[in-house]
Amino acid sequence: MTIAEPSQSSMLDLLTGFILELRAAGLPVSLTENLDAMNAITHIPIEDRNAFKYALAATLVKNNAHWRAFETVFEVYFSLRGPAYSLGGGDEPLDLDDDDTAANPEAAGAGSGGGGGEALTPEQMAEMLFKALQQGDNAMLRALARQAVTRYAGMEPGRPVGGTYYLYRTLRNLDLDNVLEQLMSQAKEQAPAPLTPLEERLEQDEFQSRVDKLKQEIESEIRRRLVADRGVEAMAKTLRKPLPEDVDFMHASRDELMGLRKAIYPLTRKLAVRLARKRRHGRKGPLDFRNTVRHSLSYGGVPADPKFRYPRPAKPEIFVIADISGSVAAFARFTLQLVHAISGQFSRVRSFVFIDGIDEVTRFFEGVEDISLAIHRVNTEADVVWVDGHSDYGHAFEVFWDKYGREISPKTTILILGDARNNYHSSQSWVIKEMSKKARHVYWLNPEPKAYWDTGDSIVGEYGAHCDGTYECRNLRQLEKFVEVLE
Amino acid sequence: MDSRFDSPDAVRSRLRDVDYLSDDAIAGVVFLADRLGKPILVEGPAGTGKTQLAKSVAEILGARLIRLQCYEGLDESKALYEWNYKKQLLRIQAERNNESTWEDIETDIFSDEFLLTRPLLEAIRSDDPVVLLIDEVDRVEIETEALLLEILSDYQVSIPELGTITAKQIPMVFLTSNNTRELSEALKRRCLFLHIDYPDMEREKEIVLTRVPEITDNLADQVTRIVRSIRQLELKKSPSVSETIDWARTLLMLGIESITEADAIDTLNILLKYQSDITRATKELSADTTQRRPGVPRTS
Repeated sequence: MTIAEPSQSSMLDLLTGFILELRAAGLPVSLTENLDAMNAITHIPIEDRNAFKYALAATLVKNNAHWRAFETVFEVYFSLRGPAYSLGGGDEPLDLDDDDTAANPEAAGAGSGGGGGEALTPEQMAEMLFKALQQGDNAMLRALARQAVTRYAGMEPGRPVGGTYYLYRTLRNLDLDNVLEQLMSQAKEQAPAPLTPLEERLEQDEFQSRVDKLKQEIESEIRRRLVADRGVEAMAKTLRKPLPEDVDFMHASRDELMGLRKAIYPLTRKLAVRLARKRRHGRKGPLDFRNTVRHSLSYGGVPADPKFRYPRPAKPEIFVIADISGSVAAFARFTLQLVHAISGQFSRVRSFVFIDGIDEVTRFFEGVEDISLAIHRVNTEADVVWVDGHSDYGHAFEVFWDKYGREISPKTTILILGDARNNYHSSQSWVIKEMSKKARHVYWLNPEPKAYWDTGDSIVGEYGAHCDGTYECRNLRQLEKFVEVLE
Repeated sequence: MDSRFDSPDAVRSRLRDVDYLSDDAIAGVVFLADRLGKPILVEGPAGTGKTQLAKSVAEILGARLIRLQCYEGLDESKALYEWNYKKQLLRIQAERNNESTWEDIETDIFSDEFLLTRPLLEAIRSDDPVVLLIDEVDRVEIETEALLLEILSDYQVSIPELGTITAKQIPMVFLTSNNTRELSEALKRRCLFLHIDYPDMEREKEIVLTRVPEITDNLADQVTRIVRSIRQLELKKSPSVSETIDWARTLLMLGIESITEADAIDTLNILLKYQSDITRATKELSADTTQRRPGVPRTS
C-alpha cells in the first residue's frame, strides 16, 4: 500500500511491541492472531487511524471485556505524537488552529480576544469552557482540554508521578461539578416554560455526557504527554490494569467495583445456562422397566431398545454463611449476589451474614427482583454486631449451630465466605466438623491470596481441615470456576 | 479472489443504501473479512442488529442468504449433510435381481445422488454467491462447535465416503452469539471479532429516522434521548435498538408529537420487558433530578 519501505520495518517493530504489551496485560493473543493482524493492516490505508484500530481489534481482541485494556494500550502505542505534546514550555498559547481541531474561537462565539497568541486568564478560560459545554462543541472542548492540562496539571519532565495525580490536579481546578450545576440552572432560566422533571433529567444527562467527554479528553491528553515524556513501554507498564475478571475483590478501586458489578449479570446468566445444561445432560436415569417392556413388543418381546427414566437429580439446597466485616465485604457482596442470581438452579438458597454476631438475611432476598437493593439492605439492616464489631468466627459459628444447626440436611451444601481472620478468638472449629457430618458438602471460599493463609490471626487451615474443600477466590474468574463445582 | 468492496467507506455507503446504518467498526470489519477471507463472529446484546447485518450484506451483494439456526442438540446430519438412506435402500432392492457386484452398489449408493445437503454443505457447494449466517452459535454444545471448524478455516467439508468438497467460491460467513457461554478458543481464533453495542445517540437517531420514515426529527430526538437516559440505569435488560424503533412507531401511531412524562410512562412496557425494570424507570423518569444526585444542591 502506501507505506514506504523503512517505515514498514519500524511499523513491524511497533506492532511487535504492541502485541507483547497486550499479552503482558493479560489478553490471550495467539500466534495465528498475531499473523492475522499483520496481514489485516496491509489491506487498509495506514493513514485511516480508525480503520487501523478496528483492524487490530477485530484480529486481536476476541472478548468484549478486554476492549478497555486494548484501547489503553492502543492509545499509548499509536497516539498522535509530536512537538505539540512535549512538556517543554509551560506557557504554551492556546493552540486552536491546530490541524486536528479546526476550530476558531471567534466562530465558537468565545469573543474573548485571547485566541491568537497570548494566554487567557482563568476567568476567560472558564467562560469558554462553559460555552463549549453548553453548545456541545467537540473541537473546542478538545482544544480546551489541551489548554487545561498545560495550565493546571503542572507536568514536569521526568517526574515520577502517575497520570491520576495530574488528572486530579486538572479536574480540581476546573471544578466541573460546579460548572454542571451552572449549566443546569441556566438551561432552566432560558427555557420558555418551566421544565418538567423529564425534560430536566434529559437536559442533565446531556450535559453530563458532555462533561464526561471532556474528562476523557483531558485524560488522554495527559496520557499522550506522559508517553512523549517517558516513552511508550514505560508508560504502557504503568497504565497496565487487571482485566475485569482478574480484579482482586479485596483491593478493587471504585471504578473497578463498578466494572465488576456490570460484569456480574452476564456472568450469572452464563452460569445458570451451564448449570442447567450440566443437570440435563451427562447422566442417564435408571432403567425404566415398563417402558422397555412396552417397546420390546415391536421386536417380538426382545428388549432390544432399553428405555431410561428421565434423569431428575435433586437440586441442592445452599446455605451461604458470609463474613461481611470491612476487609472482605466486597467479596461477600459479590458472592451473595452471584448465588442469589442463580438461585433458580438450587432448590433453596438461605443466606447468613456475620461479623461477631450472626443473622439470617434470606428474607431480604425473597420476592425482590433487584438484588443490589437486597444487598444494600443486608449491609444496613442485618443484626451482625455482638460485642465490638470485629470478626469473631468462633462465636458466629456457635450461634449458627444453636439456632440453625438442626436445619442442615444431607441435601444441604454449605458455603462459608471469609478470610478466617479471627482476631485471636477461640476458633470453635468443632462446629464445622459437625456441619460436614450432616451436610452434603461444606466449602470454604477465601478471598485472600493463598500465600497469606494461616499467617497472623488467619486460621483457615484449622477450619479447612473439616471442609470438603477450601478455595482461593480473589476474582471473578476464580469465583466462576468454583460455582461450576457446585451441585 | 476478487474483492467485493473497495474500502471501508464503500461498505458503509452501500450498507446505508439498504437502510443499514453501520459505524466505523462494522464497516471496517466487514471490509477486512472480505479481504482476508475470514468469517466474522458478531457478538453483542440482543436486538442490536447482528442478524440484520448478515441479511443486509447479503442484500447488497445480491447473494443468497443461507441460514443455520443453532440450538442445543444440533448435529452433523442437521448442519452438514446426511445420507438419504431410504433412497439407498430402494436402490439396493432394485439391484437385487440384477447381477451387479457388491462394489458397484457401494460406489453407487455413496454418490452425490444420495446425499442430502444441509446448510453448511450447501453454502460450500453453491455456484452463486452466498452469505452464510450461523445464528446464535453459543447455543450449541462446545463439542458440536468442532463441526464448524473445518468449514470456517478452510472452507471445505470432508465426507468419508466421498472425499473432500472444497468451496467453489469463498462465501461471506457471519456467526452471531449472545454470549451465553464462552466460545472455544479454536473457534474464536478462526474468526474476526466484532462487538456490536448499543449505538451512540446520533446514530440511533439516524436509525430511527431511517426505519420510521414518517417520524418528525423532533420526536426522534426525544425518543433517543430518553432511551439513552434509560440505558444508564442499572437494569436487567436495557432497551435494544429494535425496541427503540418499536417505541417510536407506537408513539407515532398514538399521534404523539412531543413526549410528556405521562406518555413515556404509559408506553414504557414497549421498551422494557421486566416489571422491576419498568418500576425503576418510572421512578427515575418522574423523579426530581435535583434529588437524584447528592452532589447537586436544590436550586429554588
